Amino acid sequence: MQKEQDQILNEVTSGEYKYGFYTDIEQDSLSKGLNEDVIRTISDKKGEPEFMLEFRLKAYRHWLTMKMPRWAHLNIPEIDYQDQIYYSAPKQKAKLKSLDEVDPELLETFNKLGIPLEEQKHLSGVAVDAVMDSVSVKTTFKETLAELGIIFCSFSEAVREYPDLVKQYMGSVVPYTDNFFAALNSAVFSDGSFCYIPKGVKCPMELSTYFRINAANTGQFERTLIVAEDNTYVSYLEGCTAPMRDENQLHAAIVEIVALENAEVKYATVQNWYPGNKEGKGGIYNFVTKRGICKGDNSKISWTQVETGSAITWKYPSCILRGHNTTGEFYSVAVTNNYQQADTGTKMIHIGKNSKSIIVSKGISAGRSNNSYRGLVKVLRGAENARNFSQCDSLLLGDKCGAHTFPYIESDNHTAVIEHEATTSKIGEDQIFYCNQRGISTEDAIGLIVNGYAKEVLNKLPMEFAVEAQKLLQISLEGSVG
Amino acid sequence: MSTITNISLEEHFLDLYRKNSSDIADNSAPLMNSFRENAIARLEELKFPLNGNEAYKYADIGSVFKQDLVKTFASQKISFNIREIFHCDVPDLNTEPLLLVNGRFYNNGLKYKKLPGGIIAGSLLQAANDYPEIVEKHYGRYAGESEDGLVALNTAFAQDGIFIYAPPGARMEEPVQIVNIMISEKGLMAQHRNLFVAAEGAELNVVICDHTLSAHSFLTNSVNEVYAGKGSQVNLTKIQNEHNGSSQITHSYYHQEGDSNLVSNIISLHGGFIRNNVNVKLNGEHAENHSTGLYLSDQGQYIDNFVFIDHASPNCFSNQLYKGVLDDTARGAFTGRILVRRDAQKTNAYQSNNNMLLTNNAKIYSRPQLEIYADDVKCSHGSTVGQLDENALFYLRSRGINYREARLMMMFAFAHDVIQNIKVMSLRNRIDDLVNKRLRGELSRCNNCSLQCG
Repeated sequence: MQKEQDQILNEVTSGEYKYGFYTDIEQDSLSKGLNEDVIRTISDKKGEPEFMLEFRLKAYRHWLTMKMPRWAHLNIPEIDYQDQIYYSAPKQKAKLKSLDEVDPELLETFNKLGIPLEEQKHLSGVAVDAVMDSVSVKTTFKETLAELGIIFCSFSEAVREYPDLVKQYMGSVVPYTDNFFAALNSAVFSDGSFCYIPKGVKCPMELSTYFRINAANTGQFERTLIVAEDNTYVSYLEGCTAPMRDENQLHAAIVEIVALENAEVKYATVQNWYPGNKEGKGGIYNFVTKRGICKGDNSKISWTQVETGSAITWKYPSCILRGHNTTGEFYSVAVTNNYQQADTGTKMIHIGKNSKSIIVSKGISAGRSNNSYRGLVKVLRGAENARNFSQCDSLLLGDKCGAHTFPYIESDNHTAVIEHEATTSKIGEDQIFYCNQRGISTEDAIGLIVNGYAKEVLNKLPMEFAVEAQKLLQISLEGSVG
Repeated sequence: MSTITNISLEEHFLDLYRKNSSDIADNSAPLMNSFRENAIARLEELKFPLNGNEAYKYADIGSVFKQDLVKTFASQKISFNIREIFHCDVPDLNTEPLLLVNGRFYNNGLKYKKLPGGIIAGSLLQAANDYPEIVEKHYGRYAGESEDGLVALNTAFAQDGIFIYAPPGARMEEPVQIVNIMISEKGLMAQHRNLFVAAEGAELNVVICDHTLSAHSFLTNSVNEVYAGKGSQVNLTKIQNEHNGSSQITHSYYHQEGDSNLVSNIISLHGGFIRNNVNVKLNGEHAENHSTGLYLSDQGQYIDNFVFIDHASPNCFSNQLYKGVLDDTARGAFTGRILVRRDAQKTNAYQSNNNMLLTNNAKIYSRPQLEIYADDVKCSHGSTVGQLDENALFYLRSRGINYREARLMMMFAFAHDVIQNIKVMSLRNRIDDLVNKRLRGELSRCNNCSLQCG
């Protein structure tokens, strides 16, 4: 017991980004730059059907007409979109049949990250789809899931094997015209995960995607699509890490969720992209569009996110509550330290009658970072008895950081009840004194208090993730005290 | 008069300025004229806050300014005696009100009013000539840095307004009342400018009532600059009661020094299009600001309150309370932003916005925002949208109060939260009365007025 505690303490106080290693794997990369030829090459390399190429080109042409959004409370340096590599994949000789054929270096990478790719390690009971740079490396438990009719595979595989499903749902929640980064992603997205739960099936295990950026100067553009048919349940996890590099890397992803009648989808993210060093050098630019639609009546979508990484985060996981009696949830802990910047929040669009949404956002800023909550609660005219409750709290650790709240409330229905409350505070000296007095060091006391502050959200995470997220909080805040 | 359909608003007003610049200057004071060229350049740079402007997201500024309205810059002859047709409905204010007619000080043979304690109240145009040392020190200082093109527009065109000065230590019992009247044979646009200065330790109470006395379309784009010196106490109450064809945009800039206390109440009873911008700068330690607003709207009215509180010094306090009841197809918007600057430690800032929608066609947009760069602060905000509590209604009805009365009682209680912040007792009672009438639908104009506006 004591040993375990020491180990945790050690991990906490080491305080560096522990996923910052780089794996030397042979890469198959395109050269820098973006044009229609690059898009054709990507599509070609992935052996995609014609409709995908059409979709990509339409998105690209639309992207050219768009400007990078500047409305967020972020200081985003100019990004040269021609100075990026849009496709990079670990070199594969032939199609893989079993795990033995996977590059041992690759396996080693995922083992280091603690991702149980190897089948014998499936004690944890989590099905994983691992995406490295642009390509899905390995999906575990596919067969077990297939018995229930669940499709869980890489996006490119889905495009090849289930083109009808992809065609029907891709872009139905986040169209390529949605925003600048969504258009960019739609044009160049490389891979991602696809998940389909057939009618009446409750997915027996957690599904998980693990994203890793490895190569230098590479942007990662993945795309996740989850379709939950009537009377289904699925819980989905997403994790992300990247090596430490001095230059900034781009990540622009899309996640789409479709929940039909009585379906419930839980989506949890622990985002831990490399946040840059203490001087704010390097780090990932994280521009993500995540949106779910509760299409059928009585459906429910729940977003839980723990955001500790990335130099810049621009991310608003949203719910469109179209069916009647639908529920949207958003639980978020966002931690920024050093020179990190985060502008994150959610949108809840109430269309159906009796739709409910809850937003709990906990921001923690330290160092010289800036952390903003930005959210929209919109009640349309037909959304009788819509109900929303939002709570956005900010905690400031240090006098050089900033914490901001920008909620938007738009109500079009007089039976709707909307409540929003927010507070900003710092850790009370009396709280720290209380801990000190009981022999808890100031640093540990802060970890304790922060964890207590974030508990409401961490509780919503699946067990394995909750432990990891808790440690992550401590590491991210390391050195921010005193 | 060129119609504003084919050219941009900027072009229209720049053109208007160039054609009338001598008229504008001749009928104003040199001090005010010296700001115009800069303001015009600023307007060209900032432009009108049209589509996509975040601060005016929900307000349709374009159609307000595109109305075909008369803009005059020479002093007008008013052919009737205003005092015969207009009697103010707020009793117990013993002072004669100062009149602003169509944006100009209504001179009744009296340049200034001298009040006890050495307080001077009168025309800004006159004051700029007679008290240049005071006006120069404050005019354009607080609104000048604004990023709002409409403020620049006002600075370029404003010719007159009300000037009030309370010398150090001055105390006043009764508020100075300003009655701002729009009356014309044709649709009219006016842009006046008020400047209120409370010197160190002074106390200043001002009531501004906005009225329309003829049924034409009116547009007012006015700027108030208020300086609250060290340790001063300033109470401002604005009552807006204009008809549905009127549009009113008011930009208020409150500059507060240390230990000052400023209370601003905006009661919007009637108006077609109302936009109130309140900008507060807490520039010294222990300054305190209370900004409250009540908006009651029905039919197709649009009322938009925008409050920005800048905590530029440590140990300051601010509190915002805005409440609204929206009926019929009325639309309302509220934006409150609290900015706590780095090193503004020990700040306490609160903000609350509550809205009640009475019909399914009424709409409300609320944006309560915090922007905080200091860690030792206590800030909170809350915003709600809802309707009358069914349980409370039932409670009242089970005690023999009919449905309509019960509803009115509850709405009145809802509104009274804001009204109780008004410092001047007689005024508070009177406004309670007005609000009560307004909620009953009995108020289309003030009682004693013989004109049939509204």
